[in-house]
Amino acid sequence: MSTDAVLRVRNLSVGFRIPGGSMQAVDAISFDLRHGETLGLVGESGSGKTLTSLALLRLLESPPAEFSADHVTFEGRDLQSLPEAEMADLRGARLSMIFQEPMTSLNPLMSIGRQIDEPLVRHLGLNHRAARHRTLELLARVGIPRPEAAAQSYPHQLSGGMRQRVMIAIALACRPAVLIADEPTTALDVTIQAQILELLRELQDELGTAILLITHDLAVIAEAAHRVAVMYAGRIVETGPVAQLFRAPLHPYTEGLLRSIPRIARIREAELPEIPGVVPAPGTLPPGCAFAARCAFAAPKCIAERPTLAPTGTDREVACWNPRNG
Amino acid sequence: MRAGVWTRFTRHPLAVFGFATVAILCLAALFAPFIAPHDPLLLDTSRRFVAPLARDGFLLGTDELGRDTLSRLLYGGRISLTVGLVAMFTTVITGATIGLLAGYLGGLIDTLLMRFVDTMLCFPQIFLLLVIAAFVPPSLISIALIIGLTSWMEVSRIVRAEILHLKEQDFVLAARALGASRWRIMFQELLPNIAAPLLVAATLRVASAVLAESYISYLGYGVQPPLASWGNMLTNAQGYFDTVPWLAILPGAMITLTVMGFNFLGDGLRDALDPRLRMDN
Repeated sequence: MSTDAVLRVRNLSVGFRIPGGSMQAVDAISFDLRHGETLGLVGESGSGKTLTSLALLRLLESPPAEFSADHVTFEGRDLQSLPEAEMADLRGARLSMIFQEPMTSLNPLMSIGRQIDEPLVRHLGLNHRAARHRTLELLARVGIPRPEAAAQSYPHQLSGGMRQRVMIAIALACRPAVLIADEPTTALDVTIQAQILELLRELQDELGTAILLITHDLAVIAEAAHRVAVMYAGRIVETGPVAQLFRAPLHPYTEGLLRSIPRIARIREAELPEIPGVVPAPGTLPPGCAFAARCAFAAPKCIAERPTLAPTGTDREVACWNPRNG
Repeated sequence: MRAGVWTRFTRHPLAVFGFATVAILCLAALFAPFIAPHDPLLLDTSRRFVAPLARDGFLLGTDELGRDTLSRLLYGGRISLTVGLVAMFTTVITGATIGLLAGYLGGLIDTLLMRFVDTMLCFPQIFLLLVIAAFVPPSLISIALIIGLTSWMEVSRIVRAEILHLKEQDFVLAARALGASRWRIMFQELLPNIAAPLLVAATLRVASAVLAESYISYLGYGVQPPLASWGNMLTNAQGYFDTVPWLAILPGAMITLTVMGFNFLGDGLRDALDPRLRMDN
């Protein structure tokens, strides 16, 4: 695995204009996605994960959304300054996305085959025969039995797991450099979830695609990601390789998250530890650390001054004045 | 899914009646040259005002110039239904395009188009029809186009409302994430998804276009004699309404039947295609 980044994001912010001011939903986040790796972006609902992915693809309607970044470099080009037509050429070709809801992300009135043909015709300039040939290969590759029959069928005739396989086939049809997978397994049950993650891993090995895996589920991260970035209230609070981060979290929020995972153990703990309090609403963020009000280790400095994401140890970063295990 | 629609449609007796009426009227108009017992334009002043069923070779009698009423009704049906269908296509194409653009593109384009729709709706259709008809030489096509171009507003509102709802769906975002252009999304992703309401609106538009053609023909701006349309047959009949009422009653009945048939058909389709019933996923 090479360490040069295919996608480099610096200080990406997404805000919304609301009556009486603006609301910062993603607050100056920075991360690198390296060739062939899976970076897990984990956080709870409303922490800005999905907005981040939509902003990267420039799919947010602006207005009402406003976004800015120092730079978002993809394969050496800054996505922010790219004309819309060139951006559209990248989408689905070099930079793909799969969505959370396989039930609604396919056009209900278009056959599966045509929906996979589309990007092949659009981006690779294949004719319809060649595209269909490739479509059948792709359907077989993502593990759909009887590809010819499946290509003729419509989304409502397939199960959720099958539809997500179709979504993966569409997204990877043009062999993108980066795949953004937004909660790709959340709508599926656990056994199917494991199959889909396994499929993504296999395809990643074949194609060398870097995956930005967005999820709220730490189990998915543990299973599928190489590195992880933890988001809290629109900010990245900690990044690091999965094994190290899980073994020794640096940020108190990460630590709280990991402690709140139920475990099957012989000795039953009295109660599952939880993080006290709630996530501050966007637009009401304190001047200091966003987690300070809920943090057991908060010092006066945490409330007064915002910590920035700083490198610590090998390949790890944390935004905390009092890192744990550090 | 298709079988389900047909089953629900046939469960609706009025819809089946409407469908049958429309089918019979269309077939009769299509095969008028084979069915019509006489030449609809042939004058025979020795046989004026023959009563219907008079066993005189004229099943539905003759008019003030001795022309066979049945033949004129059949040929008139061709004209009236052609105007109805052409006007319907004009309405649906114009209305769907404007509704699609306004709904999907939004913003200033939406505002401008919808204010234009509001403006058009301020005038009663019959005024618009007569004003335009006064300047445009009447022909079959021009009448159909005039009717179509003064009645698309309702369709555009229906389409816009559907699009506003549809464009928030995930598959539209997914299509954008695959690099689809806005034109492709509008006409290939969204348009097929509004086929059902559009089809229903279309059948109802045929009914009102047939009616509109009879208004303007009745008022003398429409289809010109000696060509028969149901509307101008009514016009001719009004002078004799007290003495030979069947001359007015027969074309009037045809118009009523057509309008009723298309309306029942449209209602039946609306119920059969109701997305709340159709959604099986």
